[in-house]
Amino acid sequence: MTKPDKIDIQALLNESHINEVLDKLDQDLVGLVPVKQRIREIAAYLLITKARLQLGIEAAKPSLHMCFTGNPGTGKTTVALKMADILHRLGYIRQNHVVSVTRDDLVGQYIGHTAPKTKEVIKKAMGGVLFIDEAYYLYKPENERDYGQESIEILLQTMENHRDDLVVILAGYQDRMGTFFKSNPGMSSRIAHHIDFPDYDENELLEITKLMADSMHYNLDKPAFNAMKDYIEKRKLQPHFANARSIRNALDRARLRQANRLFNDAIKHKKDTTADDLSLITEADIRASRVFDGGLDAKKV
Amino acid sequence: MMTNPNKMVTQGQFSFLPPLTDAQITAQIKYALGKGWALSVEYTDDPHPRNTYWEMFGAPMFDLKDPAGILMEINNCRKTFPNHYIRVMAFSSVRGVESPTMSYIVNRPKNEPGFGLVRQETAGRNIRYTIHSYATDKPEGERY
Repeated sequence: MTKPDKIDIQALLNESHINEVLDKLDQDLVGLVPVKQRIREIAAYLLITKARLQLGIEAAKPSLHMCFTGNPGTGKTTVALKMADILHRLGYIRQNHVVSVTRDDLVGQYIGHTAPKTKEVIKKAMGGVLFIDEAYYLYKPENERDYGQESIEILLQTMENHRDDLVVILAGYQDRMGTFFKSNPGMSSRIAHHIDFPDYDENELLEITKLMADSMHYNLDKPAFNAMKDYIEKRKLQPHFANARSIRNALDRARLRQANRLFNDAIKHKKDTTADDLSLITEADIRASRVFDGGLDAKKV
Repeated sequence: MMTNPNKMVTQGQFSFLPPLTDAQITAQIKYALGKGWALSVEYTDDPHPRNTYWEMFGAPMFDLKDPAGILMEINNCRKTFPNHYIRVMAFSSVRGVESPTMSYIVNRPKNEPGFGLVRQETAGRNIRYTIHSYATDKPEGERY
């Protein structure tokens, strides 16, 4: 049988529908320009490799294991889900599922417990994506008898032998992942794509606030937005700032205060509650946060 | 030979067919997973048809989505017990069913001697029949 010498990339692109995913990625995620750029590059690379495979130029499937590094709340998990979608649409994985695990799910508590546990997780993830959050916890250099090493070895083996069945995505803070790779060179060399997630700046965080509030069907009025701006500025300087996750938590607490305010207005002051009232978050709801009077530590004194 | 056609024990599904290839096994697993059944791998070296409870090779695999994981376990079992009978079972947990829905052999010993018929003469010239596997004359683990 003669192989065709031409291939229609456009048709390949259309039938895989990855443009929809990429566009949705652009819409849903604020900022993260370098990440989006890298994902577009990877998607293009995968598409071209697929074309090469079809023409018989390329024999082996490319290595797809990835590593996402970045601070908490920068969208690593969200992007991993999208990545699985892209891989699935291009036919590199059979199931569009992501099994998300941490050290607890992989490493056992006593000798002989780790291998079956890790294998169990791998079996569950087969055909899809295995997402290991906080992957650097797997390796604890201070304890040489730690069972994490065993788990890493099994993972390495599967990453090599079952390359067609499983894509592994590791995630974690950049500096700690750096040490992790330094002490596990085998892991580093098996990972083809390293993607770094930058922190959000204040405008992006504000935009995220709007998106999140919209998705929860709440409105913030103008003063509330300004309050949110101040909140973000202050919150960024305080410890345990987790980017988008902190915004989500702030909104959740604002919703709590709003509910409380509406409840009091209705019961004590016998005010009527309109539909607009129910979805409006005001300045007071945000200004009441303890972030404005010095954060966690200030309250304790 | 009437008692041992094709020199293959016939029990479970597909047992009159030539042995399933890995691709065929994968297709069968996919079918079972699509129905939401949990699969498990079991082995034995006692081929008697009334031997319903085989040894489990690991726990039944719930929550799996892709056949590759189960095929991996089948291959592990083949490596550990190359000369045993190995079967794949599918279990339906639907209320009211709660029982195995599929069962087929995926590995056999190289040489299957089959069964002999033992006739026991009892009172009044009656005869009782017993099916006896030649393989089980030897102790467990040394049969094939």
